Amino acid sequence: MPVTVRIPTPLQRLTNGQGEVQCEGRTVTELLADLDRRFPGVKERICDESGKLRRFVNVFVNEEDIRFAQGDQTAIKDGDDVSIIPAIAGGSIRTRQVMSPWRAP
Amino acid sequence: MSYMIGLKCRECGRRYPKEVIFVCEYCFGSVEVDYDYEAIRRVLTPAALAARPKSLWRYRELLPIEGEPTVGLWSGFTPFFRAERLAERLGVRELYVKDDSVSHPSLSFKDRVVAVALSRAKELGFDTVACASTGNLANAVAAHAARTGLRRYIFIPADLEMGKVVASLIYRPTLVAVEGTYDEVNRLCAEIGAKYPWAFVNINIRPYYAEGSKTYGYEIVEQLGWRAPDHIVIPAAGGSLITKIGKAIKELALLGLLRGAPRTKLYAAQAGGCAPIVNTIKARADIVKPVKPNTIVKSLAIGNPADGYYAAKAVLESGGGAEAATDDEVIDAMKLLAETEGVFTETAGGVTLAVAKKLIDQGVIPREESIVVCITGNGLKTQEPILGRVGQAVRIKPTLASFESQLAGKL
Repeated sequence: MPVTVRIPTPLQRLTNGQGEVQCEGRTVTELLADLDRRFPGVKERICDESGKLRRFVNVFVNEEDIRFAQGDQTAIKDGDDVSIIPAIAGGSIRTRQVMSPWRAP
Repeated sequence: MSYMIGLKCRECGRRYPKEVIFVCEYCFGSVEVDYDYEAIRRVLTPAALAARPKSLWRYRELLPIEGEPTVGLWSGFTPFFRAERLAERLGVRELYVKDDSVSHPSLSFKDRVVAVALSRAKELGFDTVACASTGNLANAVAAHAARTGLRRYIFIPADLEMGKVVASLIYRPTLVAVEGTYDEVNRLCAEIGAKYPWAFVNINIRPYYAEGSKTYGYEIVEQLGWRAPDHIVIPAAGGSLITKIGKAIKELALLGLLRGAPRTKLYAAQAGGCAPIVNTIKARADIVKPVKPNTIVKSLAIGNPADGYYAAKAVLESGGGAEAATDDEVIDAMKLLAETEGVFTETAGGVTLAVAKKLIDQGVIPREESIVVCITGNGLKTQEPILGRVGQAVRIKPTLASFESQLAGKL
């Protein structure tokens, strides 16, 4: 049962430039493990050494922040929409271009 | 001579050059400025400080600029005084007020962060500055940018108090009133900041901007004779001020400028209608759950605080605590501060004093220890909620007879 996962711009280098990829798993943990199998290196960017989701990375399942559901044990089912979104400056920024920190001219 | 080494991720420790970087490219954590404390220790002594001008720039080695300061040369070093009449009313022995309601030029502690942010923005080559604000930051950016000759775009929630709107407009910024909450304004500004080459002081140059808040902490300690108080009660909106006051005290200890060990307990004060940081601290939670604000205290109405996690951590590490005040308690506290100490603070100051009173009454803050209440803004800017709560003038004819008849019983 493939699930669509949206990948933020800074991580798309690891997904061959794809902003959306298909993965499988019954929970967020399983889904992220599968994502890392398909695109090695992704998990290390979004999880710390102990495997916990990094503080400034938000994962949304159908628009709901998993921290307010069952965390990385949140269940995933066929057709769910999963987004990985870095949080900055007091909010989750759900746009395409925001996350690449730019430098002054 | 600059003592700023570079930027460093607060989460994973990765280092970055001193550029416009506000988020770690690797783990998305926020970055902060790193200094050469060994070198600072050699030059920043009480004797050296005693000879310097009384502004926030007296601590320039601990501020993130490369050259000489260019903005806010008269900001900071605001009054700090023992509040004996207020102490008597609260039933405590040693109480102080740190009063940024009279900060130059825009009458709030935001002059500090903006002085630093705009000095740095100029060094980084920006000609335009911007901010998302609940009012005080808007006033400070508009005022300092006007004097510095920078173009200025100010974004505020559309329902702000008139005083804060006028105190921005007078400096001729482009003032944008967004139909939404502060959190929505801030989110929009992050998108605008990604598209336009502007220095958004509280977003893309936040690592530099936020350091300005440390000066509030340095001044408390210096004005107390290089002693850290036992307790500091601090208003919380985005949570940066608490975090930076904690950092300031640690830095002074590290530099050998503090008499005794840093043992200050920090307390977060928020309005009951918007208390995400207080909720986090009380629950000792690891994540800050955003709220939808509903309070008269608009300057603290941030439902998704950028530094909420770090603020909660700073409070808990210090052994302090947190409390929220109702809107009525806020107004009573504003009146109490004015009646006892002659200081007219804005609603946020009412929150801080109301929370200090609560924590004292609960026995959380002991009555015999030293307490500092942080007053960070001016009451003339937030008059709407107190209109009708402060009585009114006795109206008379210009005759002695009218005076004596109308004031019978009051003479």
